[in-house]
Amino acid sequence: MSTKLGMKHFWPFFWKLANPKVFMRWSGLCLPWIIALTVLCLGTGLIWGFFLTPDDARQGSTVKIIYLHVPSAFIAINGYFVMVLGSLFWLVRRQHVSVLVAKASAPIGMTMTVIALTTGAIWGQPIWGTYWVWDPRLTSFLILFLFYIGYVALWAAIDDQDKVADLTSVLALVGAVFAVLSRYAVIFWNQGLHQGTTVTIADGVSQKNISSIFFQPLLLSMIGFGLLFLTLLLIGARTEIRAQRLQVLEGLERLK
Amino acid sequence: MMPDLGKYAVEVTSAYGITFLLILIISFLYWRRGLIIKRRLMAAEARKDA
Repeated sequence: MSTKLGMKHFWPFFWKLANPKVFMRWSGLCLPWIIALTVLCLGTGLIWGFFLTPDDARQGSTVKIIYLHVPSAFIAINGYFVMVLGSLFWLVRRQHVSVLVAKASAPIGMTMTVIALTTGAIWGQPIWGTYWVWDPRLTSFLILFLFYIGYVALWAAIDDQDKVADLTSVLALVGAVFAVLSRYAVIFWNQGLHQGTTVTIADGVSQKNISSIFFQPLLLSMIGFGLLFLTLLLIGARTEIRAQRLQVLEGLERLK
Repeated sequence: MMPDLGKYAVEVTSAYGITFLLILIISFLYWRRGLIIKRRLMAAEARKDA
């Protein structure tokens, strides 16, 4: 009942955010609070994980890399889904704000992919004895990174805003396959060195495959990375909306 | 107080160092571009209203 009531109010509000003025007003109001929460959650999660958790019996102190690797991989994949949703809304409803949100999401997701790949390689060397293997999950993650690069490069290559929005949206939708593969590669192919998922959500309930000592700071780090993504996404989307307005004003000045 | 990271100290500290560096770089770039565009837009709006 309350969920239905919440959804009844959520969607009209969500569609209102497609109006740049409404988006700027609401994001401006929320941003300081989200920044404060980001610093709090990320700081607490990482300090807790690095300083206050014990070493793992098999992996030693390398287990502390989990507080960076898992959250960054989580955001790398879900950041891509934000891009896909923004692109879909653009293609279906032609809402500029949605495609600008997708555009702002890409460099953040790309950075998170680099963090996940780098920390994974650093972690893999002492545990697996190698920095890299052509494991399904690692390979699909590398391809996801290449899609991020392609998406960002395409935005930079074409001046016509509507045309580049169309092209990048199609590219994002094609790359969604690899975002899904990165997420479910361990389940699809039961092979490779990479371990199974650390945290899974089943029937709306999170299930953990690690000890509570590691899970609690990990969860806080994941929330912190999620909030960092949201902070940068809002800053980036606000900048893109302003940049579009600037382009219009400068175009009018040139016509005078 | 720095925890004892044992024989994996280099791996763990480099993972944290690279992550913090990348997060700082992306945050700085977003903040700087936001500031530049905001200033340029304010100047353009002022010219339009003048």
